[in-house]
Amino acid sequence: MIVGERKPMGEILEMIAPHEKVLLLGCGTCVTVCLAGGEREVGILAAQLRIHAKKEGKDLQIEEHTIERQCENEWVDEIKSRVEGVDAVMSMACGVGVQLVAEMYPEKAILPALNTTFMGYPVQHGTWLENCRGCGNCVLHLSGGVCPITRCAKSLMNGPCGGSQDGKCEIDEDIECAWQVIYERLKSGGRLDWMNNYQPPRNWSTAGSGGPRKSVKIEEVVD
Amino acid sequence: MNITDNQTAIVRLSSIAAAALFIQQGVEPVAQMTVRDRNRIAIQSDILGAAALGIKNVLCLSGDHQKFGNHPNAKNVFDIDSMNLLRMLKDMRDEKRFECGDEMDVEPRLFLGAAANPFADPFEFRVQRLAKKIDAGADFIQSQGIYDIERFEKWLDAARDAGLTDKVYILGGVIPLKSAGAARYIKNKVAGMIVPDSIIDRMKNASDGKAEGIKIAIETVRRLKEMKGVSGVHIMAIEWEEKVSEIAEGAGLPRRSGPA
Amino acid sequence: MEAKDVEVTAGTRDFEPRIVAFCCNYCAYAAADLAGSMRLSYPANVKVIRLPCSGKVEITYLLKALEDGADGVMVAGCLEGDCHFMEGNYRAKRKVRHAKRLVEEIGLESERVEMFNLSSAMAGRFAEIIREMTERIRKLGPSPLRKG
Repeated sequence: MIVGERKPMGEILEMIAPHEKVLLLGCGTCVTVCLAGGEREVGILAAQLRIHAKKEGKDLQIEEHTIERQCENEWVDEIKSRVEGVDAVMSMACGVGVQLVAEMYPEKAILPALNTTFMGYPVQHGTWLENCRGCGNCVLHLSGGVCPITRCAKSLMNGPCGGSQDGKCEIDEDIECAWQVIYERLKSGGRLDWMNNYQPPRNWSTAGSGGPRKSVKIEEVVD
Repeated sequence: MNITDNQTAIVRLSSIAAAALFIQQGVEPVAQMTVRDRNRIAIQSDILGAAALGIKNVLCLSGDHQKFGNHPNAKNVFDIDSMNLLRMLKDMRDEKRFECGDEMDVEPRLFLGAAANPFADPFEFRVQRLAKKIDAGADFIQSQGIYDIERFEKWLDAARDAGLTDKVYILGGVIPLKSAGAARYIKNKVAGMIVPDSIIDRMKNASDGKAEGIKIAIETVRRLKEMKGVSGVHIMAIEWEEKVSEIAEGAGLPRRSGPA
Repeated sequence: MEAKDVEVTAGTRDFEPRIVAFCCNYCAYAAADLAGSMRLSYPANVKVIRLPCSGKVEITYLLKALEDGADGVMVAGCLEGDCHFMEGNYRAKRKVRHAKRLVEEIGLESERVEMFNLSSAMAGRFAEIIREMTERIRKLGPSPLRKG
């Protein structure tokens, strides 16, 4: 899923300051599951903003609403009348959702409440780990199901660097060395050839270095 | 004398090494530096190296995207942008500080250049962007190649009205055309350039395209010389360097000292 | 309670703090009941809200109480290890800890939110907790939301 974290309160208050009526818009998909921008978090942030405004003696109306997905226009289209009634929309979706809301309501101030952090899964309740960088050229079938692009701090492709010790990455002892994990998995499966062989420089043009990416499923496109 | 930094993302001799060789020959070069291939660590290190080799003039650029070069699969860096590069090098020179804030003992003595493109959009923002670059640290400006001289003049007028031409040396860019085909190619395929139809027609109707191209370049330099706020020209005779002196002389520019 | 310098001005000392107490049905609520039967006295301005378990508390309940003018809010659950639902009181503890952070980042004192643990038999302790919380809030002064 796409993982996000709420922005620092100072930033949020600064964004909200010029507005008097704000729609706090949650998203029911990834950010609900990662406990960053679903209905519950909307309720909490809305209460915080109201308390702050009241404390400061400011007029601030916060409307709370959560839609199924902010990344698909059918859902975003449904909130038209709510958006029309406010000065600004503070979206608690990932950056994708924020951009679609901004695209569909270009005349409104659209404010991001979250920092979109990465794509990953939870390793325990409340802790998520980055697993995929969307590089557009997957090697997981070769790398024992562990992504070296994402989980190696240097995105190395030819095995661990000299900083790998006791299974830990040189940048932080809380980070496991992805290549240690890859090595163990490949070894146990008798598939070390890939790791032993020279891997040429990667094609990063599919990974965002080639510019903004677009995916077209030609069979689905309606002319 | 500008030394490009892997222009159009094609691997070339390092601009710093080439610039150092020019200095040995008694020519003062402008070394170009892009943010495409280096992060802030490498750039600052290279700048210290450049300064140690006697390089003073550095043109701070973003750099052409590697998609256009001979290594389109490369990962680009763009850790900082050209605006940040100017500010970073200015702070190294004026504040004796690295980007992180750490102090250095000996500062690199630099004369910082930036690019400006009056032919890119949105036009109104181009003057604002020039102001930002000056504020970030630009001592001189090299413009994109000028064919649409009216648009350049409009941009220059706006820059002058904003008081910018007194703060920076502006060099107008001149790229001599070799043929009508080249003119059409630049117009249609090169992002951020404008070639008016009148120029294309002149090239098309000329009996000697190359001579016409030189003639247009000379006329452009002469027009630029008369403009208030233009301090010089930058002649980019791409793979046609031997024509630079012909253009310069034709336009009545003073002869440069030292080897050409 | 952490030492905190609070300027006590004339008037604030006299004010009667309004406290909302979210009480677990199996301990604090029963203790409150017992305190009543035993005729133990404690400040009357506490509003007790019964929850099936302290773990049922939502951060929004705590914030809503503050938003509506409470000077302090508290959650009272079973003694650690004694939750009727195994670990509800631990969940409550985490939520209260988080709520403290949330109120602090918008400029309220985190001491206005607190978690207490007791058993159903501890009527005396219940009265004591209410007195403790009332005194703490009295020192902090009225909620800044009430000035309007």
